[in-house]
Amino acid sequence: MIMRITITLLMVALLVLGIVSWADYEFWLMAPSPSHYTWWWPEEMSTLGQRVDNLFWLILVMVTVMFVITMGALILAIWKFSAKREDKAVFIHGSHKLELLWTAIPAAMLLVIAFSQMSTFAAMQFDSSMQDEDGHDLPVLCEIWGSQFDWRFRYPGKDGRFGTNDDFESAYELVMPMRDTEKDQDKKMVVFLLRSRDVLHSFFVPHLRFKRDAVPGMTQRIWMAVDDEQMAEIMGGREDKTFDIICAELCGWGHYKMSGRVRVLPDAEYEAWVEEMTALQFGNS
Amino acid sequence: MSDTHASNARPGMGEAGTTRTSHEHHELGFIRKYIFSTDHKVIGIQFMLLGLVFFVLGGLFAMAIRYQLAWPWESMPVIGDLLFPNTGQAITPEFYTMLFTMHGTIMIFFVIIPLLTGAFGNFLIPLMIGAPDMAFPKLNMFGFWAMIPAIFCVLMSFHQPGGGPAAGWTAYPTLSTIESAAPGSVSAQTWWLLALTWVGVSSMMGAVNYVTTIVKMRAPGMTMFRMPLTVWALWIAALLQLFALPVLTAASLMQVSDRVLHSGFFTPTNLVINQLNPEGAGAAAGGQPLLWQHLFWFYSHPAVYIMVVPAMGLASDILSVHARKPIFGYKPMVYSMSSIAGLGFIVWGHHMFASGMNPALGMTFMVATMMIALPSAIKVFNWLGTLWGARIQLTTPMLFILGFIAMFIIGGLSGIWMAATPVDIYIHDTYIIVAHFHYVVFAGSVFAIFAAIYHWFPKMFGRVMNETLGKIHFVGSFIFTNGVFYMMHQLGMAGLMRRTADPYDYETYAHLQPLNVFITISAFCLFVWQIFFVWNFFHSMFWGKRVGRNPWNACSLEWEAPSPPGHGNFDHALRVHRGPYEYASPDVEEDFFAQTREVESK
Repeated sequence: MIMRITITLLMVALLVLGIVSWADYEFWLMAPSPSHYTWWWPEEMSTLGQRVDNLFWLILVMVTVMFVITMGALILAIWKFSAKREDKAVFIHGSHKLELLWTAIPAAMLLVIAFSQMSTFAAMQFDSSMQDEDGHDLPVLCEIWGSQFDWRFRYPGKDGRFGTNDDFESAYELVMPMRDTEKDQDKKMVVFLLRSRDVLHSFFVPHLRFKRDAVPGMTQRIWMAVDDEQMAEIMGGREDKTFDIICAELCGWGHYKMSGRVRVLPDAEYEAWVEEMTALQFGNS
Repeated sequence: MSDTHASNARPGMGEAGTTRTSHEHHELGFIRKYIFSTDHKVIGIQFMLLGLVFFVLGGLFAMAIRYQLAWPWESMPVIGDLLFPNTGQAITPEFYTMLFTMHGTIMIFFVIIPLLTGAFGNFLIPLMIGAPDMAFPKLNMFGFWAMIPAIFCVLMSFHQPGGGPAAGWTAYPTLSTIESAAPGSVSAQTWWLLALTWVGVSSMMGAVNYVTTIVKMRAPGMTMFRMPLTVWALWIAALLQLFALPVLTAASLMQVSDRVLHSGFFTPTNLVINQLNPEGAGAAAGGQPLLWQHLFWFYSHPAVYIMVVPAMGLASDILSVHARKPIFGYKPMVYSMSSIAGLGFIVWGHHMFASGMNPALGMTFMVATMMIALPSAIKVFNWLGTLWGARIQLTTPMLFILGFIAMFIIGGLSGIWMAATPVDIYIHDTYIIVAHFHYVVFAGSVFAIFAAIYHWFPKMFGRVMNETLGKIHFVGSFIFTNGVFYMMHQLGMAGLMRRTADPYDYETYAHLQPLNVFITISAFCLFVWQIFFVWNFFHSMFWGKRVGRNPWNACSLEWEAPSPPGHGNFDHALRVHRGPYEYASPDVEEDFFAQTREVESK
């Protein structure tokens, strides 16, 4: 009897824990803290972030339903059928109908999830190779280089071409323009080339829900974009408007300190920054 | 405990002839009997002791990792002087890298796989199908002894100048192939790769044996669909090993070649490491780091199922015995395990959604991964169906299996996020992944292993383990396991990356330290709590209560043999008349209907 109560309590605790972790978003963990960070994920401000988060919520709802049903059934079964019974258990070997039922329903749920994510994944992965109306590749803002243990960003300079003498490099801080929401969608994408000098790294920007391995020997075209309205809403009142870049793939003993920051500037300020960097490049010019 | 089977005496079997007995074999000396043994039961127990010893080592590594995450770079009280005399009693970044590399390696290749396929595969397969031994007993002995060079190599890798292997248990190039990229791993990584290869040899010998034994040596009447689900599961796991292991062996030898001969399978040209062009490496070059990831996961994803499918089999058997009810949906269980194994070969790419692999390929892997959630769900529903209307006996093995089911539900459900590619991009390599696979492999497989040890201990040593200590062991383990791994979901949501020695310098992670302290304390408690198990295990081995052949009143064949069975296993001829789960059958008075029992037709 003690065991029956104990195990039921343990399972109930697990069930409660599961539900609480959903509820915590609404109640206590999302309560604003001085550092703006919670036990939930960081605020999203990319143009795709909302779609990623929505997909997460869709799965969370479905999973919660399945969790409550299965854990509920488990708890109920333990409680109901572990009493001292004199008679034998029910002699049954299975049920074809039930098997069909609990194959078909989860299969349908999984297919819903599978199909509802495809467009987001495609947008994430393929849009960087889109071309403009004239059939040209979208211009590359900068090359992102990972190396043990820092991030470097190589900009083509004012002529927009790599390998010319107005190229300049920014270490630690990735500066990118914020695009106007009013402009059309593909203009909002900022395209980068992701590369590595030595070992695998992974370029992870939690606020933009972006992560991609930098693979030595491979050049990858990637894109990110910041939603200006979202960003204004979140970062508007803050002094420091930058956010973290994190290395997400083991790259050696110093992996833990391979960090960087993203600074997003409105177009005009971005142009001014490029001027400033070019001036630094050429000394007094 | 039943009266009829409480003694070890042979049950009345009518006029069935006795052909082999344990006493007909001549007595072997100590060395042949317990050390260089060809007896599957001794080999199984050897694997079990090996696995448990390494479990302690892997656990200690985990504790050190947890210490570092809670209190980074702080000197360790008491043991600091002993462990880290030259580095201020604290863990160094290089040492931390080695810690998580070796924690993963040891837990997977020296604990879970040896315990599931080595220990229970060896011990249970011949007993459950009514065979006197494995098909190839000497090969079986070699399978165990191939673990010794593996252990030698893995221990050597700790001792190399500069430190241990430092590329994670996944050993991704080019960090793993170029010495100057990880200064500590001069020869450690090579030793590590050789260790892996020897573990592969051992598993391969086992797998060949299991497959052959199950196909060729079943007792009369034991059709495939009368086999216990444990045997099915081990058979499927052995097939997975047979097909997947050659790829890992080839890949690790290719990596050895990249390191030692400076070939370029995985090393691209024009690398700059520490401001130098690495000497040697890159000479042949033109290689692809992604190639290793494909080859590695082509083995290591099926390996995940090698680590969980046998646990599912053990769980099904133990559940049915202690629920006193036939397993619900025997054939759907077999089919779902088979489809897990089949689909298991085409989902490896879900480890690589963020790797830069062709995204069109990613889409295919995503759909396959979604589909593999289905058989796992079917298994959970069937376990629940087994419990419904049962007469549940809350014995220690049963408690661990109920814990297994509860936590497998969590581990299974959290996997769905990982299959959803856009979400996976965010949670890839975060603590959500760590939480997920520990729910499956620790809370799942290890709980099933505990259950199996409590359940088959009487068969192994002729004595039962103490029930009270077992229950204390379960309750604490269950609470602390969730304290550790449930909270890791929260860390992962906040974006915390695994393998980060000191995350708190990042603004995003600075506030997570208190949560990590909580997890660390839970983990210490979980580790210390295992004392109840260790004490119970060794004490019961020598002084536990003696029991007869069939202490749990189970139907399957292993309980027909004496406890412990002698060389040759059974002391009477066996004929199987029915499936292994005939509990609560109305045809007999008792609530179990043994597989071999003959009844006159009514």
